[in-house]
Order: sequence, then structure tokens, then C-alpha cells
Amino acid sequence: MTQLRQASRRDLFKFAGAGVVIFFGLKGLADAQAQERRPPYPSDFHAYLAVGENGRVTVFSGKIEMGQGVLTSQAQMAAEELGVALSSVDMVLGDTERCPWDMGTFGSLTTRMFGPYLRAAAAKARSVLLGLAAKRLNVPADMLTVKDGVVFVIGDPARSVTYAALAKEARVTEAVDEQAVLRRPAAFTVMGRSPKRLDGVEKVTGEAKYAADIRLPNMLYARVLRAPAHGAVLTRLDTAAAEKLPGVIVIKHEDLTAVLHPDPEGAASALSKVVAAWRKAPSSLNQETIFAHLLSAATDVRAIEARGNATSKPVRTFETTYHKGYVAHAPIEPHAALAEVRNGRATVWASTQTPFPTRSAVAKALGFEEKAVRVITPFVGGGFGGKSASLQAIEAARLSQITGRPVQVAWTRAEEFFYDTFDPAAVVTIRSGLDARDRISHWDYVVYAAGPRGASLFYDIPNVRVRSAGGLAYEGEAANESLHLFGTGPWRAPGANMNVFAIESQIDTMAAAAGQDPVAFRLQHLTDERMRRVLQACAGAFGWKPARAPSGGGVAVALSIDAGTYVATMAEVKVDRSKGLVQPTRITCALDMGVVVNPDGARMQTEGCLTMGLGYTLAEELKFDGGEILDTNFGSYQLPRFSWVPPIETVFVKNDTLAPQGCGEPAITTTGAVLANAVFDATGARLLRLPMTPERVLAALAAKGRQASAGAA
Amino acid sequence: MTSISFNLNGKPVSLPGGDDRTLLWVLRTDAGLTGPKYGCGEGRCGACTVLVDGQPVRSCAYPLSGVAGKRVLTIEGLAKNGTLHPLQQAFIDHGAFQCGYCTSSMLLTAYALLQETPHPTRDDMISRLNNNLCRCGAHLRILDAIEAVSKPMGARS
Ligand code: FES
Ligand code: FES
Repeated sequence: MTQLRQASRRDLFKFAGAGVVIFFGLKGLADAQAQERRPPYPSDFHAYLAVGENGRVTVFSGKIEMGQGVLTSQAQMAAEELGVALSSVDMVLGDTERCPWDMGTFGSLTTRMFGPYLRAAAAKARSVLLGLAAKRLNVPADMLTVKDGVVFVIGDPARSVTYAALAKEARVTEAVDEQAVLRRPAAFTVMGRSPKRLDGVEKVTGEAKYAADIRLPNMLYARVLRAPAHGAVLTRLDTAAAEKLPGVIVIKHEDLTAVLHPDPEGAASALSKVVAAWRKAPSSLNQETIFAHLLSAATDVRAIEARGNATSKPVRTFETTYHKGYVAHAPIEPHAALAEVRNGRATVWASTQTPFPTRSAVAKALGFEEKAVRVITPFVGGGFGGKSASLQAIEAARLSQITGRPVQVAWTRAEEFFYDTFDPAAVVTIRSGLDARDRISHWDYVVYAAGPRGASLFYDIPNVRVRSAGGLAYEGEAANESLHLFGTGPWRAPGANMNVFAIESQIDTMAAAAGQDPVAFRLQHLTDERMRRVLQACAGAFGWKPARAPSGGGVAVALSIDAGTYVATMAEVKVDRSKGLVQPTRITCALDMGVVVNPDGARMQTEGCLTMGLGYTLAEELKFDGGEILDTNFGSYQLPRFSWVPPIETVFVKNDTLAPQGCGEPAITTTGAVLANAVFDATGARLLRLPMTPERVLAALAAKGRQASAGAA
Repeated sequence: MTSISFNLNGKPVSLPGGDDRTLLWVLRTDAGLTGPKYGCGEGRCGACTVLVDGQPVRSCAYPLSGVAGKRVLTIEGLAKNGTLHPLQQAFIDHGAFQCGYCTSSMLLTAYALLQETPHPTRDDMISRLNNNLCRCGAHLRILDAIEAVSKPMGARS
């Protein structure tokens, strides 16, 4: 892929000169997109896919590779539909000049939403090639089949012609066919398998290039002057000392003050010589006071779901408030970009999940037309929703425009924390109730600031009201600006981690009050067959033994539906009662994600989700003082480590009648709930705030002890 | 200008600087080796790991002068004559990476461990790797890959 990324645009035209090129050209599918509340899919005339005269297939996709394995899974989809070996597929990802327009890589949409287009494009290419072969071999197309790029007559394989030979003589450009007939899962030979990742060799040899690894002759490394706190105003600036250093260029342009040097350390030491004074905006908000603020400031309440009368009175009422702090994306690769602005054109290599929106933003910042800007996305070192804004690309482009030289902007870890678009702190209040038969009769739910993803109920409850307060900028709605002092944005399964934590904790609380086994209690309220199957599969694999919680065993369950995928997770924990430490000892996760494109890839994503989930569940919570971000590195802000991760078993519940659903996010939504429920099962103490830090676990245990002695007295 | 001579991935080199320059940036710029990554700059994540005389060091917090006369191995030097080291192959076979940004640090740290302790226990591996961060959650696969290579019957070179 490295070579392809560097290949020139002429290659594309070469394909177009001879070969089969499949363009976008659909209208019906755009309506389907609109239903998903996303802008319609590309209307530009970039190819999705080309079969070259050498027989190689090139797939062009705006979806970038940041670890989720879509380089490989997209190649699998194309290879499957075309009938070629995976090894004959080349991928070009996230290059705005070569790939069809794309909104960005997030929301587990690559396989679910882009997948059908890609498969349709490949299926179209196959039918075009079969048509050409039919003429060449002088047989009807329906007597032909294809394997590994060779078309042959069914029953007479000697009469054959290769894709390469066909492409050599063809000059076909076709639009994707809306009616493309996709291959059925039973016939799959490439999809549904787990080939080794196509980026493997590059990534284990250090050859894989990330944005900060790109070098251009004469380039400069920039460090940008940063405010000590969001909302702080610059009151004094003196760059004289920095300007005196050899090789240093100081740029002061509007809001941007930067020092540049041919060596990154030269730039860093120049920045340390810049004297700046700031006036901070006063604020009493911090990680403790934020929740009261959210409750009072999130005033725009909107209905998500309602039936029956949720405000009537149940036999037994359970009222609970749940909390969760801000969580950082903290990819190990900080944002980086290299920009070269020359002769009225800009080329930007950026660590981004959104190459096309980044192109628009860079064009706007430079005063260029969009077509004068090319964004190229090398490998991205983790995104999780956090690499959508691309401020670093804009900064690099502006500085390159001013200096006339290529400029790299690579953020430090402190900058990465400062400019992160955090998963917002959030509150959920639930008033739920049981009827006289211990069935859930009432559910009145409000989520503040996290958004509605994952808030809808899949349990059968007669009286329900679900509401969401506090708009989210990333949903394309007006942000409730007064909510947060710094950036917030989508974080792996945005909002769902908080909602599932609250919902599944509350269900568990009621199961315990009803004196019932948590799995049996859930099944009593579930008619959705898909969810029942997933729960039962999980229980079987985990070896669930029915018992009323707290059983002392430290085992628990949590369910979720996310990105079209059904998830049931069971976990076992040990709680160190003297230190308050929670150690998961095993996790089993069952998922129904429809057709599984790459089982091993899906397993890796699930393990990644559950491992990452340990962070927001047990440790990760941003500390801040007003607009000042107090966490600046991995000392005070802890990510999950090897010693935290228990054995994880992933079970796929077969559902080949359903197109592939999301896989990079669903499992993470259950982590908070399943571990909170497991701590309850182990100790009888209910944790209502994430993360469950040792102090909070100790406090909950102490409160539990007080309750018990008060009860005994 | 001073310069520091050392052995880099098997070849003698002499690179400009001394106490005033940090190994990570010299490798990434002057030497053109971008396998060692910046992740935190404070020795907390391990992304910049290289081996100095066989020992893992955090090159973001290591002066260039510290490698004078020593052997430095970066991820670029692990494969020999285009053949992957068995650990590298095991990382591929076990899917021991996702984004790949931590991969060079994991490989080199594991390589150093296996040089010292050819058959480490799972706990040995965890304690050696515990300060190497991976945000993607490839931890279990990384341990599986090291285990596969370290098995007494495993293919070792
Ligand atoms: S970059 Fe050196 S330890 Fe993080
Ligand atoms: S694979 Fe992404 S940080 Fe480890």
C-alpha cells in the first residue's frame, strides 16, 4: 500500500484508459442514506474500483485505516464480489484526490454503510467482465463463472479468459448498479474468512507510515503557542528571545503564534523561550461540580421514546442517578500533519478520520477552492472518534502557506489532552418501578449531555418515557455551548457507554429487589428473539449459574444494541476490599452482527472494545479546573494496561440473513454496566458513578457496611 | 559540532549532537528511522522504545550521548535480509496489533525479554510489558504472539 499511496494520479487515468472502472451513479441508495440522517453518498465522479490491464483490482475508499482492520475487510468484500484472490486487490484509502467523497470513518459505518456500495461496485464490475467474456468465448454469460480472476465456461474450464486479458482490451466505465446481485453468504470464499491483515508486514517492520513519519525536503517542524486554559486570553507576548535562536522562524498571524525550526527539538526549545502572559476565564467547574451544572444547563429536552403512562405510580419505585466524567480518546499517536502549500495548491498528509471534511476546512483556512487541496491519509494510530476535527492539519497548512515551506505540526501529549474532543461528562436519572408480580411496569429516563445513543429500551415495559437533554454538536444539531468548557465529541459508541451503564445497572438493581436471577429476570422482559438468542448464547459460553445477586461470586451480565449489533456480555471480577481494586478475571461476549465479514477481525475489535472499556469503567476521568486541563500525560491519566486485561471469549451468534452490522463499537458499550453489576454481585455495593476508582469502591463498600449495621440495629 | 558514533541496526554511524539532543528525534530525523514513535515524550507509554546494547530504553527520554560506542536496535533492524523475525511473524499470525502505533515498542520489548528469558511465563510478559501502552486493546494478542514464539517447541531462529 505504501507504493500505492505514493503512486501518482496518472495511474488512475491509466486504469481509465484500458480496463474496467466502476463509478458511483446511484440515486436510490441516497434515499437510504438520508434515512440514516447522513448526507447522501458521493455524487462526484471518482471511481470506487478499477480492474487494471494487469488484472489487479484497485479499490478506492474514503474510509481510513486506524486499526479497525477495514483495509483488509474492504478488500475482502471487493475480492468476494469480483471473484478474485484477496492478494490481487490493492487499496487506496483516504486520498481526497483519488477516492470517492466520504463523510468520515466513524460510527461503525464502514462495513454497514459503505460496504453495500463497495460490494455493489464489485458486483457490477464482475457482471461487466462476464459480459465481455461471453462475447470473447462466444457463450451466453449465464454459462460462465469466475474463480481467482479467471472466467471459464461452467463444465468446460479449458475455455477460459482472465480478467487481465479482458481488461487489457476494454475501455469500460460504468456506474454502480442499484440492482447489483450480491453473493450469498453460503457461497462466500473470501468474506466470512479471517485472512491475515494486509497491513501486517508494514506494521511489524516499522515501514508503515503515519502522518508524523512523512518527510519532505526543506521541511520545518512547528510548535504552536498554546493557552494554559480554554477561554484564556493572551495579554502579553514577547518572542524576541526565540527569534534570536539560530534557524528559528517565528510566525505571528492572527490567532496563531508558532515557532518553526528544521529540527523538532529546535522548535521545542524555541517555544520555551517565548514569553506569554494569559488571563484565565474564571470558572468554578471541575470534575466534581460539573454534574450539577449539566443538570441545570442541559435544558433542551427531547423525547426519544414514550408509551403508556410513565409518570403513574408503580407498586415499588426505584429512583437512581448515575454519573460519568469526561473521558479522553488518548490514541497513542497524537494528531499530526504535514502540509505543503505551493503554487496555489496544498497537499496535506494528516492523521485524521475525516479526510474530506479536513479538505474543506483546509481550503477555507487557506482561501483556496476545495479542488486545490489534496488530503492524503497515511495509517492512523488510533482514532476512536477523536480525530475528526483536524485542527493540526489547518495549522500546518496555514504555516506552510506563510513560510512557503513544507511544515509539520505534531502535537505533544499535553496538546493532545488539551484539544481532545472528550466524551462528555454525563448524568442519567431513572425512575423505574415493579408491579405486584415483580415485573417492570415503569421506566422514566432522562440522559443529560451524553445523547440518546443506546438510551432506547429493548425490554418490554408498558409505561415508558425516555428523554435526552443537551444537544450534541456532532449529531449535526446545535450544540448546547453552555454545557462544556472545552471540546466534546464522539467517543467510541458516543453516549452509549453511559446509557448502557445506567440502564443495565438499573435493571440489575430491580432484578435483585425482585429476588431473581439477573439473566432470568431479563429474559422475562425480552420478546426480541435476536436478543434472547444472544443472551442465551452468552450464558452458555460463560457457564452462567442462575443465582440471585449479590451471590458473592462476582459475576454479572449486561446487554446492549449498538450499530445494528446485539451484544450480551458476562464478566467475573475479584474485588480487593481493602484497596478497593476491581480486577476482572474473565469476560465472555456474544454478538449478533449479521454476516461476519472477517471473524478474526471482528474478534479483535471485540477484544479491543472490552479492553478499552476497562479504562472508562475503572480509571479514566479527566481532571480539570475551569478551562484548564489538569491531565497532561499518562501519569495522572491511566489507560488500561496488560495487567488489567482478563481472558476474553468472543462468541458470534450466526445470523447470515442479515447484512453485516457494526463491529468496532458495540461491545464497548457493555463494559461499564457489566463490571458495575459484577462488583455488586461480589460485594452487594452498587457503584453509581464511572469510573469505579478504588476510592469510590471503598466508599461504596463503607456505605454498604453502614447500611447493614443500621439494618441490624 | 560534536557527534556521537554508535552502531545502528548493525551499521556504524556518526550523528551530530550530544547531551543536547534526544535519541528519539535523532533517529526519526537524521537517521530517517520512523519506526520508533512519539507517544508521550515522558517515558510513560513506551512507543519510542529501542534497544541499547540489548536493553529496552525509552528513546524520548534518552540523550544521544548515551549511545556512544553502543549498539542500538530499532524495529527497522529486527528483520534480517528481508526475512521477518519469528516474533514479527507471530505478531502477524496472532493479529497482535490494530493501529500498529505501539507495535514496534511491543516487539522490541518482547524481543529483549526473550533474549534474557527464552521461556517466560505469562506473568513475566505482563510485568515486562505493563508500562507499554496500547490504546487499541491488542494486549491479549500480543501476549499470545510472544507465548507462541517462546514455547519450547516453537519455531525459534
Ligand atoms: S514517547 Fe517515549 S515513552 Fe512515550
Ligand atoms: S495497536 Fe494501536 S496502540 Fe497498540
